[in-house]
Amino acid sequence: MAADSTPALVQSATSDGGPTPVGPSSAARGPRARNTKAYLQYAATKIVGAAVSLFAVLVTSFFLFRLIPSDPVKQMTGGRRVSEQQLENLRHQFGLDQPMWKQFTSYIGDALTGDFGMSYQFHTPVIDKITDALPATLLLTGTAYVLYSALGIWLGTRTAWRNGSRSDRFNTAFALTLYSVPSFWLGLLLIIVFAVGVGPIPGMFPTGGLESGGESGFAYVIDVAHHLVLPVITLVAVGYAQTLLVMRSSLLDEMGSDYLTTARAKGLRDDVVRRKHAVPNAMLPTFTLMFVNLGQVVAGQILVETVFSWPGLGGLFYQALSVPDLPLVQGLFFVFATAVILANTLADILYPLLDPRVGR
Amino acid sequence: MNEQAQQHPHHRTLLAAGLAAFSLTAALATPLNPFPQEAQAKDSGDKTTLTVAVAQSVDSLSPFLAQRLLSTSIHRLTYEYLTNYDAKDNHVIPGLATKWESSSDKLTWTYTIRDDSKWSDGEQATAKDAAFTFNKMMTDEGAATANGSFVGNFKKVTAPSDTQLVIELKKPQATMTALDVPIVPEHVWKDVKDYSKFNNDDTFPVVGNGPYVLTGYKTDQYVKLERNKDFWRKTGKPQFDEIVFKTYKDQDAAVAALRKGEVSFVAGSPALTPAQAASLKGEKNIKVNEGPGRRFYAIATNPGARTKDGKKFGDGNKALLDQKVRQALFRAVDTKAIVDRVFQGHAVQGEGYIPPRFKDYFWQPSDSQKLSYDTKAAAELLDDAGYKLKDGKRVGKDGKPLDFRILCHATDPNDKAIGKYLKEWWGKLGIGLKVDCIDDVSVPWYAGEYDLAFDGWSVNPDPDFVLGIHTCAALPTKAKESAATDNFICDKKYDELYQKQLAEYDPAKRADIVKQMESWLYDSGYMNVMAYPNAVEAYRTDQIKSIQTMPTAAGNIYGQDGYWSWWSAVPASSSDSGDSSDSGSSTGVVIGIVVVALLLIGGGVFFGMRRRTTADDRE
Repeated sequence: MAADSTPALVQSATSDGGPTPVGPSSAARGPRARNTKAYLQYAATKIVGAAVSLFAVLVTSFFLFRLIPSDPVKQMTGGRRVSEQQLENLRHQFGLDQPMWKQFTSYIGDALTGDFGMSYQFHTPVIDKITDALPATLLLTGTAYVLYSALGIWLGTRTAWRNGSRSDRFNTAFALTLYSVPSFWLGLLLIIVFAVGVGPIPGMFPTGGLESGGESGFAYVIDVAHHLVLPVITLVAVGYAQTLLVMRSSLLDEMGSDYLTTARAKGLRDDVVRRKHAVPNAMLPTFTLMFVNLGQVVAGQILVETVFSWPGLGGLFYQALSVPDLPLVQGLFFVFATAVILANTLADILYPLLDPRVGR
Repeated sequence: MNEQAQQHPHHRTLLAAGLAAFSLTAALATPLNPFPQEAQAKDSGDKTTLTVAVAQSVDSLSPFLAQRLLSTSIHRLTYEYLTNYDAKDNHVIPGLATKWESSSDKLTWTYTIRDDSKWSDGEQATAKDAAFTFNKMMTDEGAATANGSFVGNFKKVTAPSDTQLVIELKKPQATMTALDVPIVPEHVWKDVKDYSKFNNDDTFPVVGNGPYVLTGYKTDQYVKLERNKDFWRKTGKPQFDEIVFKTYKDQDAAVAALRKGEVSFVAGSPALTPAQAASLKGEKNIKVNEGPGRRFYAIATNPGARTKDGKKFGDGNKALLDQKVRQALFRAVDTKAIVDRVFQGHAVQGEGYIPPRFKDYFWQPSDSQKLSYDTKAAAELLDDAGYKLKDGKRVGKDGKPLDFRILCHATDPNDKAIGKYLKEWWGKLGIGLKVDCIDDVSVPWYAGEYDLAFDGWSVNPDPDFVLGIHTCAALPTKAKESAATDNFICDKKYDELYQKQLAEYDPAKRADIVKQMESWLYDSGYMNVMAYPNAVEAYRTDQIKSIQTMPTAAGNIYGQDGYWSWWSAVPASSSDSGDSSDSGSSTGVVIGIVVVALLLIGGGVFFGMRRRTTADDRE
């Protein structure tokens, strides 16, 4: 059963050399040793590449956000009575009176130790603001990610298998329609219909936030889950189409293949041919997409987080940009970029295991 | 109890539990807990809660750092200030200080501190706490972040006894009864190591002596306050047991929450839009409150950017140095049309610099002085200034056409709409206009790289601040650097009047000088006040029976200068609330049906999967 679930290509590449060598000594001498060495070299290259990219992001983020014309001190004190002395103190407090090169070297030095400085507007270390908001974002976008990936793969498979049928046309068109809907608009619509209630539909869910406040223990878990429903539905609705389309098109590519005809000729049921032969092979492009999306899980969804007042990184990034709170903007940008780079590196490292043609 | 620390482990537990598990509980949650918010917003058991939807994040809970309206409003509720403002008409009334007097040379102020105010941990609040607060701001850079300007003119602050506070000044200062500084308990704050970093959000409840005690806070989610049973002011004491400021980052979502009853009150930032107000009007159990705003909305001209020592910078159009040109622009703006069409009636036509809400300082031009809307008069002024009409364009003596740029806030729809009208109106005069809408106007503004700009300020009961931003002292020391100035206005006569009003302790005489300053500003044409936008907000009458506006007659609720709105709010009794119980029970039925349907579908899918798996295994 286990071999059955492995993609056909992977299957032929790993088991063609007869019985699998057993024990460390045989592994070190056999063809697998060469493969392992090549794979490790390949993985090392990818990891070094990722490290270089991260450093480049660090440097870029410093200069990129200094290109935005802004005066953080004025923004911070906007609308308040401030004396010249206070303005000067603030500039000094945040190191804005230092020459650019000095700001740059201390930024790089601190960032390498995980210190992104103090947020201008919240008077709190940037890293604390990020770690405070990260769980909320992971919870929201992570849940949505699991759901829209699963839904996309499932529906993509079904629509491709029934290519040209009425359900295929309907599902594809429906998904594309939702895909093109602005997420904040859909979110607001869901709030009006399912949070406030329209006609016979009662308001069942909260209008926003992560919790009602004051709950603890299991009641708290239930309360958070209750708050999670509408934003997750919004993200899933606008997000599953992408996975569906990729899955559908790659399965359509597979459908004419000889190995499927062979499987069918063996007398296997259509259902089994699809799940155990066609889908695993068609999954490769979908895996790539899933890893790309995985990197974006950390960045959150700015608009959806805003509409649902979700206290995550997306909303924080928006607030940081509107000041602009440079240390916070830089810190968040670095975290977002790191997540994408790590997800891509992980994809690169895992891909040869899924498709042995890669990384040789 | 440390509520924040206590709730953090939840996040870890949730994450550890796994994201997938959450998607399952999400589906399960509905039938178990359909209305947690509604229950909370109303009468939860024996506790009454008032929930206020707010759009801002708390920048800090430290009175030494907080600058935003939300944070300072919370401080008004949790700490006493030396003085307060009367709800009826904004006049100064006792706070922590029961009375105050100044010496004959106007340089020493003595405040009598009340002996019946206690900190929420039981200690007595004394003059020593006040002296500590001011001294900390005078000596510690970090502690001066938010309110440092109040103590800039202080020479020495002492507390000879528990009930006596003495402040010595460098020069006379009329704002000594309007020191909007929260007084903190010395015994708690003396241990703070770095005032620039301490946010006062580690330990709850926070020790204070205001009508409410800060009991809980979660970043970007909520701030909770509980009634302080030992508050000194006993008459008309607060009736809601708890106030919760709940964050809504999207105003439409906040309006939806009000409609549902999840929050009791919603204010805009700064006002609900005309569309939101219109949609809420006539809705059952909702009252839209519209009061005169505390803001003015104006067009400012660039009178030539300069530093304190007279160094010129920026690229403002030289034509605007001519008062006649500025006044011509002034006279070609139809403020009535702006109020009617852009604000859709939710504003008052503007003239003087200070809104009519502050009636002591409100000033209007006399008929002869009035620069009313008159395009013919505007054209004549331009002719006089040497800008003749040639092929439909106003052309100066140097042959150059008269073209201006106006800085507009990209985030403000009013700026954009009025920009279009100005283009049309000034276009008819032969003047070209480019509307530059950008996210952050402060950079070109402080670089002096603009001709005109949409401008607006909130005015305090004491007008010193908004008057001070036009003095020469407010100009920047270095070119392009942010400074206290608003528009680089620097005029000897205006400055003399400013100093005179600051040193004048007689309220009537001071008001007279302030009006002279407004008159000067009007004539100069530097500031064209077009409107005073109204404060538009709404609340649920089935949750709040009555609430104090400020000023009492047609005033606003959110962002008052005192704490009167939340202090005075009376909870609606259960008989006042609408038919929510009915809708609750019908909702229960619908939810029940949905749950049964979900269980049936889930069960069907589960058995289908099982059957299929068995079939596969057979093969």
